[in-house]
Amino acid sequence: MKYSKYLLIFFTASSFLVACGNDSTKAKSGPLPAGDDPRLVLPDGFSALRIIKDLGRARHIAVSANGDVFVKLDKLYNGKGIYRLHDSDGDGIADDITGFGDYKGTGIAIKNGYLYASSNSEVFRYTIDESSGRVDEGSKKRIITGLVDQGQHNSKSIALDNSGNIYVNVGAPSNMCQEQDRVKGSPGKDPCPLLETAGGIWQFRADGQDQSYKESVHYATGLRNVVGLDWNTSSNDLYVMQHGRDMLFQFYPELFDQQSGANNPAEEMFRIKKGDDCGWPYCYFDNEKKQKLLNPEYGGDRNKVGRCEDKNHSILQFPGHLAPNALLFYTGNQFPEKYQNGAFIAFHGSWNRSPEPQAGYFVVFVPFKDGMPSGDWEVFADGFAGPNINKAEYRPCGLAQGPDGSLYVSDDRNGSVWKITYKK
Amino acid sequence: MRILSVSAVLFLMILLSSFHFMRQGGLKETLERGQKVYAATCIACHQADGNGSPPMNPPLVKTQWVLGDKKALIKIVLKGLKGGEIEIDGDSFYNPMPPLESILNDQQIADALTYVRKSFGNNASIVSPAEVKAVRATIK
Repeated sequence: MKYSKYLLIFFTASSFLVACGNDSTKAKSGPLPAGDDPRLVLPDGFSALRIIKDLGRARHIAVSANGDVFVKLDKLYNGKGIYRLHDSDGDGIADDITGFGDYKGTGIAIKNGYLYASSNSEVFRYTIDESSGRVDEGSKKRIITGLVDQGQHNSKSIALDNSGNIYVNVGAPSNMCQEQDRVKGSPGKDPCPLLETAGGIWQFRADGQDQSYKESVHYATGLRNVVGLDWNTSSNDLYVMQHGRDMLFQFYPELFDQQSGANNPAEEMFRIKKGDDCGWPYCYFDNEKKQKLLNPEYGGDRNKVGRCEDKNHSILQFPGHLAPNALLFYTGNQFPEKYQNGAFIAFHGSWNRSPEPQAGYFVVFVPFKDGMPSGDWEVFADGFAGPNINKAEYRPCGLAQGPDGSLYVSDDRNGSVWKITYKK
Repeated sequence: MRILSVSAVLFLMILLSSFHFMRQGGLKETLERGQKVYAATCIACHQADGNGSPPMNPPLVKTQWVLGDKKALIKIVLKGLKGGEIEIDGDSFYNPMPPLESILNDQQIADALTYVRKSFGNNASIVSPAEVKAVRATIK
């Protein structure tokens, strides 16, 4: 009896503390200690500062010339879907936070005085004064509309080139274009009708109005779902990271044991030329055979290549299911030379490796030369998952480069953003 | 004579149901069987700890979808979902769930659902094969 009384006091006190904790997160910035964030594991000379937390589903991010960070949310926070994070006292922590835009989504980018942001079916453009970070909300213009959104794989990620074009990913609302999605034994549709309006990249004019498929260039096809993409200004090409298919072990245990199903297919990086077909749903990259092969839904047996021979081949492969959610070519000069012009990739982390342990939840670096990978990939920033890899505390989702060459990483589990800097 | 036949029928029914109960075993055995079905069929999406993989595959932990109406829950397992129907705390879950009516029998579904309703911090009543059978009959 006495015990239960103490318990009651304990629970009341702890729920009070929890309530307080929630309240403080609604303040303009969380009670964050300025300085290094010991959570993140980084190479020597790098340090991370968490500039915001608890924003919720923080997807992609962009940084304006004055250093303000813009975060696109896939779940509204206090009714807003875009947040501007400003540091007014110079300690690095965002202390002036303002929201606008009443739509959820993933994509955000800043280019030549405009801020672009996407819902799950549209893209909007605003004018931004990059020297102050001020966005003119009244200038909001819908440049793209009517893109496929059926829930599954509905993020619309965006990238801009230097010729006035914007590239938008439309993910396929499907795992494998089967007659019955995600049902074991259901055959793959051939040809896959989803590819007409999804499973690819569409190019639009960045200054257009209400453009849809009719006004677009179907830039690339055969891409199941791309969340991370970037325009490489030195090679002048679009690069994309594809999320590979799910359920190889569950659907084809005779071809893939539990471990092979966790490691396959590869998560792939493609260098895209206009008109490319990267092969989904017919093809996948087998990490053990080191080859682009026919998918079992289309007659594949882990040996047959068939029509995959003629498809665009990826330039880099990663272990299965790591979920690459952001790609950024580093053009700054704050980081050491090896990082310059190389690629950073934020991996959101897996689910379809289960019952094998999950993996990912890190930011990877890949050195580049002449538009192609010039060395092995390596983990650049780790520690997001915390002590239990099967219950990740933070999930990397967005990347952006600051005007001083710092690298920003967003997380859509908690809604944190870190600024990573280098000092000799 | 009539009383005799009624009691004979009653006796037979009791005998049959206790036999049925013996075949099913106790709760411990049900949970062990349920865990096996879960590991073979459910774990890829819903994970070993039942937490799912947000925002694609919903959690099975302390949600009304699992703890509430058993008939609705059984129907989801039998018929699957298109994706997007499940909303928990304002979050939607978009991956479709495959129909399992031709993959799992009544006993397997009952075992798996009993396991789910009594694991991951859940503690709801068991699901019997008869309940699954009844729902299956209404949706055929």
